[in-house]
Amino acid sequence: MKNQEEILKQLKNYDGPPLKIMEVCGTHTAALFRNGIHSLLSPKIQLISGPGCPVCVTPTQYIDRLVEISLTPHHQVWTFGDMMKVPGEEESLSQAMGRGAQVHMMYSPFQVLEAALANPDITYVLAAVGFETTTPLYAQILKEAREKGLKNIRLLTSLKQILPAMEWILSHRNTIDGFLCPGHVSTIIGWKAYQPLAETYKKPMVVAGFTGTHLLKAIHRILEHGGEGKVFNDYPGVVSEEGNLLAKQLMEEVFQPEEAVWRGLGAIVDSGWYLKGPFAVYDMGSYDLRKDKKLPPGCLCREVIIGDNTPAECPMFGTECSPNHPYGPCMVSEEGACGIWYGRISI
Amino acid sequence: MVWKDKYMKITMAHGSGGTASHQLMEEIFAPCFHNSVLDLREDAAVLSLDPGEYAMSTDTFVVTPLFYKGGDIGKLSVCGTVNDLSCMGARPQYMTCGFILEEGLSLETLSQVVKSMVEAAKEAGILLVAGDTKVIDGQGGLYINTTGIGRIPSGRNVRGANLELGDAILVTGNLGDHHATILSHRMNIENQIQSDNAPLNGLVEALFEADLHPKTMRDITRGGLGTVLNELAQSSRVGIRLEEERIPVSRSVQGFAEILGLDPLYMGNEGKLVLALPWEEGEKALALLRQHEKGKDAAIVGRVVEGNGVELRTRLGGLRRVPPLVGEGLPRIC
Repeated sequence: MKNQEEILKQLKNYDGPPLKIMEVCGTHTAALFRNGIHSLLSPKIQLISGPGCPVCVTPTQYIDRLVEISLTPHHQVWTFGDMMKVPGEEESLSQAMGRGAQVHMMYSPFQVLEAALANPDITYVLAAVGFETTTPLYAQILKEAREKGLKNIRLLTSLKQILPAMEWILSHRNTIDGFLCPGHVSTIIGWKAYQPLAETYKKPMVVAGFTGTHLLKAIHRILEHGGEGKVFNDYPGVVSEEGNLLAKQLMEEVFQPEEAVWRGLGAIVDSGWYLKGPFAVYDMGSYDLRKDKKLPPGCLCREVIIGDNTPAECPMFGTECSPNHPYGPCMVSEEGACGIWYGRISI
Repeated sequence: MVWKDKYMKITMAHGSGGTASHQLMEEIFAPCFHNSVLDLREDAAVLSLDPGEYAMSTDTFVVTPLFYKGGDIGKLSVCGTVNDLSCMGARPQYMTCGFILEEGLSLETLSQVVKSMVEAAKEAGILLVAGDTKVIDGQGGLYINTTGIGRIPSGRNVRGANLELGDAILVTGNLGDHHATILSHRMNIENQIQSDNAPLNGLVEALFEADLHPKTMRDITRGGLGTVLNELAQSSRVGIRLEEERIPVSRSVQGFAEILGLDPLYMGNEGKLVLALPWEEGEKALALLRQHEKGKDAAIVGRVVEGNGVELRTRLGGLRRVPPLVGEGLPRIC
């Protein structure tokens, strides 16, 4: 195993064919930026932020529906903080609050159980957004709600699976040379889950942690194993081969995979998690959100997420779309490619 | 002082100017806030001031929860204004306070807040010379405005636009403690983190007394060090280069921030300053700060360079921009 100094030197001096490496997950995008990794790489190594920022891939109509619910009498929308400013067609949740929308920013979705018990006249709608990391939480909440006989909790889901999106990118644009697989999602799905994809498309896939050292090592791994259809688990001790069986079981008990719409990518078969069986009664109309598949005009989200364009190449970047006035969700989230890019180049 | 009936609550009558207002004054404010100026009970404070330059500042405090580990809204409202004055090189002298009380606030709570204001003012050596109370509809909330004034001794020139190439950038201690404390309370997370809420005029005086020449000082409140330094870089038309490994953050706050996806560079503090001095004074200032209880974790975190904005040399040797905070620092989804 090479020491860090040698790895740094090799990454800086790399002079082979240009390499495109996709970090799938938003937390990696943020960690790469925080550690200044971009400045440590040869100009021939390009890092691309993939579709793993849940806010960034949430379609506009999902926000519109949340706004609508939050303005309905006796309804309250509960959401994590970073959904607040995502623009819908007309307005964001935070703007809707200005005209009386009932929106509660939650720290833990489990708090909804207490609230629902205390106020049976109010319907609590959770904005269930995220990947395999958050999906089991919502499954657990609904199991508890069902045991307690609570009838006033609903989920509007935009829950997604990461593997179908990676496959979509590979099958549409086979220009990515290697992947940094998401550390947190991998704790749930296990590193073996990437193996079929790695083998089919002959790409090295590295499950990586979040420290600077982890990230350098993972990028170096891709450099050394270009063209090899292998999965490398560089986050051992945290990520296992099979992942978290209990969490997977919980997800499958409550949710089933079906087609979902990804902002920027469009509809992808079996890429969403939807409530099923006895839990379907808790759904707030999530299936209906798949009808409208048009993308907002002018936004290059799609090209940015699949790595065809950098955020700065979008005609809206820095003009109509900035962190203070986001047009596309990649600009809203602190983990979105555009938001991070803006921070890097602005001032 | 413990309020004799802790179940008594503020009602609209307490803001009416009538007997209930009078009772509030006599039983809560007057016993705590009494000094030669206030005791005269005039419509306005009459002050005689030495000639020279004065700094004046106002701030309004709306924190929830009202009480947190290491402080409360009362202490905060005094320290906030004292620290703003201190950052101009002023010696805080007089302050006023305005309370907005919501109906339903317990008198016991109010009395505790007032008591800690008095303690903080005593520690900072600032005299409270005027006050006001209003009552509004609501659910037992409490808001405080304070305004302070202090003389700037001649020869002191502390401004945001004073940064020059090569200046040393220091912070007076660990970042993020206050922010992490407030979030822990709001999220019901048990930990040992405690707010740094404190008046810093003593620390600032010590620097001047040691014949050091702070050029710029700011308290690192909302927006955190990253945002404050961007403001300074812009005012002075220079760049600032930070060294990540020198930025002081306690292990517990670092861990807390990582879990919630927050960056200590953008977390608020209520007892920390950032200051710039000529490079050659940096080490002396550091040694002096570290002798002081409120500066024991001080560090030289960077220096003024050519360019614009703020950049950070990471532990790995990478370089990145530190943009100002946009919007609120919200905990993220995953």
